[in-house]
Amino acid sequence: MKHVLAVLVEDKPGVLTRVAGLFSRRGFNIDNIAVGETVTPGISRMTITVEGTETLVEQVIKQLHKLVNVIKVSNLSEEPSVMRELMLLKVNAEVGSRSDIQQIVETFRGKVVDVSPDSMIIEVTGNEEKMEAIKLLLQHFGIKEIVRTGKISLLRGSRITREG
Amino acid sequence: MLMKKKMIKGSAMIISALQKEGVEIVFGYPGGAVLPLYDQLYDSTLRHLLVRHEQAAAHAADGYARVTGKPGVVFATSGPGATNLVTGIANAYMDSVPLVLITGQVPSGFIGTDAFQEADITGITLPVTKHNYLVKDARQLPGILSEAFYLASTGRRGPVLIDVPKDVFDQEAHFDYNVECEIPGYNPTYKGHAGQISRAVKAIRDAKRPVIFGGGGLIRSGASAALEELAERAKIPVILSLMGLGAYPGDRSLFLGMPGMHGSITANYALSEADLIIATGVRFDDRVTGKLESFASNARIIHIDIDPAEIGKNVKIDVPIVGDVKMVLESILKKLQFGDTAEWLKQIENWQKQNPMPGGLKSSGSAMKPQHVIREISRLCDENTIVATDVGQHQMWTAQHFMVRKPCSFLTSGGLGTMGYGFPASIGAKLAAPDQKVVCITGDGSFQMNIQELATAVNNHLDLTIAIINNGYLGMVRQWQDIFYDKRYAHTLMEGNPDFVKLAEAYGAKGMRACDAKEATAAIEQAMQEKGPVVIDFTVEPEENVYPMVAPNRPINDIIIGGDRS
Ligand SMILES: Cc1ncc(C[n+]2csc(CCOP(=O)(O)OP(=O)(O)O)c2C)c(N)n1
Ligand SMILES: [Mg+2]
Repeated sequence: MKHVLAVLVEDKPGVLTRVAGLFSRRGFNIDNIAVGETVTPGISRMTITVEGTETLVEQVIKQLHKLVNVIKVSNLSEEPSVMRELMLLKVNAEVGSRSDIQQIVETFRGKVVDVSPDSMIIEVTGNEEKMEAIKLLLQHFGIKEIVRTGKISLLRGSRITREG
Repeated sequence: MLMKKKMIKGSAMIISALQKEGVEIVFGYPGGAVLPLYDQLYDSTLRHLLVRHEQAAAHAADGYARVTGKPGVVFATSGPGATNLVTGIANAYMDSVPLVLITGQVPSGFIGTDAFQEADITGITLPVTKHNYLVKDARQLPGILSEAFYLASTGRRGPVLIDVPKDVFDQEAHFDYNVECEIPGYNPTYKGHAGQISRAVKAIRDAKRPVIFGGGGLIRSGASAALEELAERAKIPVILSLMGLGAYPGDRSLFLGMPGMHGSITANYALSEADLIIATGVRFDDRVTGKLESFASNARIIHIDIDPAEIGKNVKIDVPIVGDVKMVLESILKKLQFGDTAEWLKQIENWQKQNPMPGGLKSSGSAMKPQHVIREISRLCDENTIVATDVGQHQMWTAQHFMVRKPCSFLTSGGLGTMGYGFPASIGAKLAAPDQKVVCITGDGSFQMNIQELATAVNNHLDLTIAIINNGYLGMVRQWQDIFYDKRYAHTLMEGNPDFVKLAEAYGAKGMRACDAKEATAAIEQAMQEKGPVVIDFTVEPEENVYPMVAPNRPINDIIIGGDRS
């Protein structure tokens, strides 16, 4: 099963290397990772998706906690949470196929953000399922390039994931 | 009123911080990038031990730390000086030994340019340090130094490295040293969870066949007295891992020896038949558990450890207790209830009678048996003797036959298995405990990995006995070739070994040779009286194997019983 971990870290040099290094040397696989600021200056939040059994994820969390710069680790997949990812796709788009593409994009509430004579760039946000679905449909036209931000996630409701 | 604080150099801050931390001695080796620090040291009262190879500085500091419980401190230069430390750091990391290592680095402006003697030592040591720092500005130094000492010596102990660019040593800043520090992401749990402690008490009360299985954590947390009380009040037998030897007196009847690959038969049977294992400060290494699926299949397991990540890592745990082993044991003792273990102890006594350690007393040919040499050294040492071993067969024979009675007196490379550890560790131990006898039991292979430290030992007039169990082989590897590779001894014969007696003499140490039991006894007795380092070259049976033995990934009660049983 996939687990989404919210990892709050001190914003110190090398902290990303420490986290990534831990995963590789202990043989844990990172599905994806996204890093950015939090409301507290000096603290960054990593959202890390790992695939594995309960036991493995428990060990991942414990090992992450041992890193001195890691302040808090929560497993967001255990709670109701909102998860999003942003994806940009560059798709072949001859004049004849543009309206078909446009329709798909609208169905998925995506946006066309760039158009050139033979291609378009499409922006979509959503969860994993949505990403896979639109990818499948656009494949038909030929996808030239994909770039994704990695998943980010917040707990639903008023509860927050914080340092304390 | 505003007081104008004095500005001092980064190098002066380091020396001053070490003194505030109560550091008595630094182990090190100078070089270009660390020159400003050595220049500062020149004027200070801090003692420095000059080794002959940086690896030995790390091992000596490690030996010092294992004996005193305080962090061992190391200085080295950038590039090759720092990379030479790596084995010593990894060794300390695996065995949870507190070290603070300070390395020089190329000047800040040169970092990242492949400058002369530049190595990314924080990158290189990332996986083998508890934490490390690259200092960008001298103003960070007081905070980093106090954090380093705090991290190294609290929680699960470990090595911490501080890399200091040459210009930062010379940069001036205010120095305000606060030994207390707070790190948001670091809060070790010391006191065990009350509910879990009650569950442990109940489990002990209900157990019919309990054993205590203790490791290095007992020694690091100073839990020997608590362990002794638990064992003796509740009449529970004690098994100690290689790292735990000395945490409980080796001559007590409740002591069953070491478990695992070369453990005692009784210890392995007891773990396999127990209905309760009280695991304290251990990490269930594969050398102990053998085949995991069949390890302790009849037992419930209480696991007490300071590191939550160790609990449930390899073995499923029924009662997990995160905390300082000593504090948790003391809490258990306050509420201790226990059952009757008489029948279980009778069973254990039977196993012990039927399965004594092969003692090597019956010599098949003329050659002396290595086990005999170790028993003889053990017999002639007093109970305060510190023994350091290297890695190989002699290490296992020492674990089996040397009577270790006190904590912090058996130093060995357990986790990493580093040949070359023993001799420098014994140097550190002697400096830590000048009034205690220190013996290094090494092999003809291992000794040559840090043999250059004879110069350090001679130059510092250290009274050390270095016993080489000389079988002319990389014996432990040869044993595996014997058993698993059809006796194809690929590159394990130590052809070209030097004459260790002459070599010792060339360094200015005393050298002796012993080829039979009588000579051995005489040599050990004489060595104990000598001043300065004494090397004894014990010529022993070349193809003796270590038994009992459990083949890798076999159940630990599936034991190869070899050797003579006298
Ligand atoms: C640095 C290092 N290199 C290689 C090994 C693999 N190794 C383990 S035991 C051993 C042989 C040790 O020989 P010796 O010191 O003579 O001890 P003996 O086994 O003969 O008692 C070797 C090569 C090791 N543990 N450490
Ligand atoms: Mg040998």
